[in-house]
Amino acid sequence: MDALLTGLSLAVTPENLLYAVVGVLLGTAVGVLPGIGPAMTVALLLPVTYNVEPSAALILFAGIYYGGMYGGSTTSILLNTPGESSSVITALEGNKMAKAGRAAQALATAAIGSFVAGTIGTVLLVALAPTVAEWVVVLGAPSYFALMVLALIAVTTVLGSSRLRGFVALTLGLTIGLVGTATGQPRLTFGNPLLADGIDIVVVAVAIFAVGEALWVAAHLRRRPLEIIPVGRPWMDREDWRRSWKPWLRGTAFGFPFGALPAGGAEMPTFLSYVTERRLAGKHRAEFGKGAIEGVAGPEAANNASAAGTLVPLLAIGLPTTATAAVILAAMQGYGLQPGPQLFEAEPELVWTLLASLFVANTLLLVINLPLAPLWARLLRTPRPYLYAGILFFAVLGAYSVNFQWFDVALLVLFGVLGFAMRRFGLPVLPLIVGVILGPRLEEQLGQALQLSRGDVSALWSEPVAVVVYVVVAALLLWPLVLRLIPGRQAPERLADEVDELEEEVRR
Amino acid sequence: MGGVTDRWARGGRGTALLAVVLVAVLALAGCGVTRGDDGGENRRLRMMIPNAPGGGYDQTGRAATRVMETADLTGRFEVSNVTGASGTVAMQRLVNERGAQDLLMTMGLGVVGATYTNGSDARVSGATPIAQLVEEQEGLLVPAASPFETVDDLVAAWLADPGAVRIGGGSSPGGPDHLFPMQLAAAVGVDPTQVNYISYDGGGPLTTALLGSKIDVGTSGLAEFEGQIADGSLRVLAVSGEERLAAVDAPTLVESGIDLVFTNWRGVLAPPGIPDEVRDAHIALLEQMHATDAWQEALETNGWVDAFVTGDEFEQFLVEQDERVATTLDELGLP
Repeated sequence: MDALLTGLSLAVTPENLLYAVVGVLLGTAVGVLPGIGPAMTVALLLPVTYNVEPSAALILFAGIYYGGMYGGSTTSILLNTPGESSSVITALEGNKMAKAGRAAQALATAAIGSFVAGTIGTVLLVALAPTVAEWVVVLGAPSYFALMVLALIAVTTVLGSSRLRGFVALTLGLTIGLVGTATGQPRLTFGNPLLADGIDIVVVAVAIFAVGEALWVAAHLRRRPLEIIPVGRPWMDREDWRRSWKPWLRGTAFGFPFGALPAGGAEMPTFLSYVTERRLAGKHRAEFGKGAIEGVAGPEAANNASAAGTLVPLLAIGLPTTATAAVILAAMQGYGLQPGPQLFEAEPELVWTLLASLFVANTLLLVINLPLAPLWARLLRTPRPYLYAGILFFAVLGAYSVNFQWFDVALLVLFGVLGFAMRRFGLPVLPLIVGVILGPRLEEQLGQALQLSRGDVSALWSEPVAVVVYVVVAALLLWPLVLRLIPGRQAPERLADEVDELEEEVRR
Repeated sequence: MGGVTDRWARGGRGTALLAVVLVAVLALAGCGVTRGDDGGENRRLRMMIPNAPGGGYDQTGRAATRVMETADLTGRFEVSNVTGASGTVAMQRLVNERGAQDLLMTMGLGVVGATYTNGSDARVSGATPIAQLVEEQEGLLVPAASPFETVDDLVAAWLADPGAVRIGGGSSPGGPDHLFPMQLAAAVGVDPTQVNYISYDGGGPLTTALLGSKIDVGTSGLAEFEGQIADGSLRVLAVSGEERLAAVDAPTLVESGIDLVFTNWRGVLAPPGIPDEVRDAHIALLEQMHATDAWQEALETNGWVDAFVTGDEFEQFLVEQDERVATTLDELGLP
């Protein structure tokens, strides 16, 4: 604790505070821009490390990382244009809230949720990092495969009112995920080397969400009366707080461990958090798909907590689990610092300054972003032709900046048309995005597990964690059957489905 | 009508605010990224990097351009990352810019392999070689508790049952971490097609697999593993270069009785079809860069081994590498 206070006193020196502010602002900006992520920004700023103190550089990078995790939510909510793959889920409910005049509440619950999750995550990091042993490397490909199966099964329960349409969308997503040469053999690349690395998830998400919607609105602009987005109140009320705090905590509980696991990542916990909140929403369940605040609070907390989790293996055993962490590791090595247990003994001041600066960065994010929420929300008052022109500009800029290639813009247009068609035929968007993100990872882990066991399928349940996860999967699948055996429970479930279906009919 | 204008005006303030915030933040970003001025010779060159920011080529290319800029050897460099298919996309672009006198590209052994595994026609031998800059030895890494104490133990187990030794590397097929175990297998009499090679997405996941004993042996450059080697959680059976590494207490393969020298390397190419005097100017520029203290410092901080070779000698080396990679991948039946 003393060490942390010392670190805190070092982190709030004017110079370090300035680096934290710059980092947080930069991070927010790159989070907002689709296509440019924190990893790329930190990498581009690596040369800065030649000129500044190690602690200042690490504070800057940590600020960018946390800021980036938060910033992606702003455009997801306001413009339906996710800036990062980890904020794709936020767009689902967040943008619906914004259209119902609750943009300020969505932005606020995202900001406060990120703060809560980031703070709890950092506390856990402080508590665990110095003592955590090699437990994070115990999990192998079989466990990760099981976890991904769990995520996939969990989201199929939210396929929407029509199972068939849900599976069509999931299949489309898995097919898009097949593109590339990840297995050593080209698949669906049509001989084009630009497709060899697969299709960037940000391009797909931005196209399906933003471009698809812009086309949809354009197609209906003259036929439908102008919908005016209600102004709404600027702040969260008592009810919003009451509905948000539990999702924040549950999101943190999902995000932190997944961040700490080498192949966990920030996307899976956002899926799981969303699905969990939907299941636990009770009387608000009908609001899901139409702007439920729980669906923003949970996933946003999850992605920030995972950022804190990522730093556990990085500091504890020098193990980078995300692209951003890998670049931060490169920066540390550039200073001749080798993360690991010995770092806490050799450079305690530096480590604790970094940990303390995470608290500072988190607080700064809240202080900077919360007052901005009502201001951002007014952006939606722009007349629709201008608003959607802006969204399209933003989407194209984002797709282009992924690789600085026109080819990605062509893909954006192609998937934008797909997004339009999906709206036309009532296909849900979430299963497609989940397919694109999880499909390739699922395959990679399966391939690795089987390669390690030389094709022995029993290796898939050779790890205890994998077995536990499969038990959970089985429970998930069997639970509805059990429920049916209990009289009286099935009626509301069915009714809700029917209401969903009716409403969808009306919408079309 | 008035209502619409009014709404637009209020919306406009929000938009203006957004614009101001974005511009301010991007300007800050600009300060960090584009340092330096147009001093020195006013020659402006472009440096193409065939992978994402933060990768090996990126670090080498950016370190080199930075040294050239700050030493005023040339004007400002425009550095761009052209990612795709492990460098094949960038290689294609280099060849397409035939005759461009202001373009350079950082590349290395991985790009040579990728052009084959991706079936590209844009081979490195078709470009104009400028200089090789650095090289990096590969190491054979094992977890602390591994039964393998020496390379001989590994070879014995490998010969007994080639598929049972799980070898992981941080590069996809065709990359250095994949080519090395394949050439090693061929050198000790193991059929390369029987080698059980598992490709990991870079050093991080590979470290995880090694520390968790998910694989038996890891093949990789050793810079990323310094910490684990120092604290004893990973051991090095052998290094692949001609001489031992100062930082790592492990024999070379040749010392261990295996006739194989393998190094990963990085260098600089120019597009095909440039005039000889432009090629010579590029070579002279890199020679000047190589002579600076700043470059020697960059080599040291990054753990790169100086391997400066220019012009015809580099061209000869490239042709050899191209053939050797082609043979290795051919034996494996990779395209």
